Amino acid sequence: MTRADGMSQRTRRRFLVETAALAGAAGLGLDSDPAGATPASMQAAIRNVTGEAKLNKGRVKIDVPALIENGNAVPLTVSCESPMTQEDHVKVIYVFTEKNPQPNVIGVHLGPRAGRASVSTRIRLADTQKIVAVAQVSDGSFWSDEVEVIVTLAACLEGA
Amino acid sequence: MARALINAPAKAKRGEVIEIKTMISHTMETGFRPDNTGRPIPRDIITELVCKYNGEEIFRAELFPAIAANPFLTFFTVATEGGTLSFEWTGDNGFSASESVNISVE
Repeated sequence: MTRADGMSQRTRRRFLVETAALAGAAGLGLDSDPAGATPASMQAAIRNVTGEAKLNKGRVKIDVPALIENGNAVPLTVSCESPMTQEDHVKVIYVFTEKNPQPNVIGVHLGPRAGRASVSTRIRLADTQKIVAVAQVSDGSFWSDEVEVIVTLAACLEGA
Repeated sequence: MARALINAPAKAKRGEVIEIKTMISHTMETGFRPDNTGRPIPRDIITELVCKYNGEEIFRAELFPAIAANPFLTFFTVATEGGTLSFEWTGDNGFSASESVNISVE
């Protein structure tokens, strides 16, 4: 009787240890997910757009809630100071994220006929992270803005 | 055919900057989520929206999986002349949808 109890104790302990190990492995697996964007891959995505050009700070403004309860649909507005004339207008606005599975979020092509360089949409955010917006003006210069946001419920990467 | 909503003023003064709001029903499946057997669900998103004002392109957006389901986009244009604003969405698996609204300019 006592021996049987001892056995079951041991198996239970072994079971617990093994599950803990499994959970650890699963956790590690998630951390090293190759699909996850890293700050480096975001920088690469930005370089892909700007090339060798200098990225200036300013002119662009990101409007997003600083604390996000649900990362599945986050209202985002990106606007850029510009007279939007034929000589001086915003050509493109790009938005990037640091920790979403892919750094690109949206790319918007505008022209002098837009009247106002501003665009709003709803985005997904997988984690507490940095959002970067980059705009190219008609003279070829690039301008950017970045914000840190806190996400409490991430956009689902797990099954529905 | 996906249901699309366009909100733009029916009337505007010449030279006025008008706001255009668009939304279309679409799941925007990211391609990063596994189904209940663990296999990844293939990506199915809208990749592009083009807006034309009397046939001339005034706005184009490239969309990525980070855009929320039922893509909503707001942008601006100058009301230059009366006519049609046409919208065209294209996406994965041959997805295509279009919608247009009329605007009168005085």
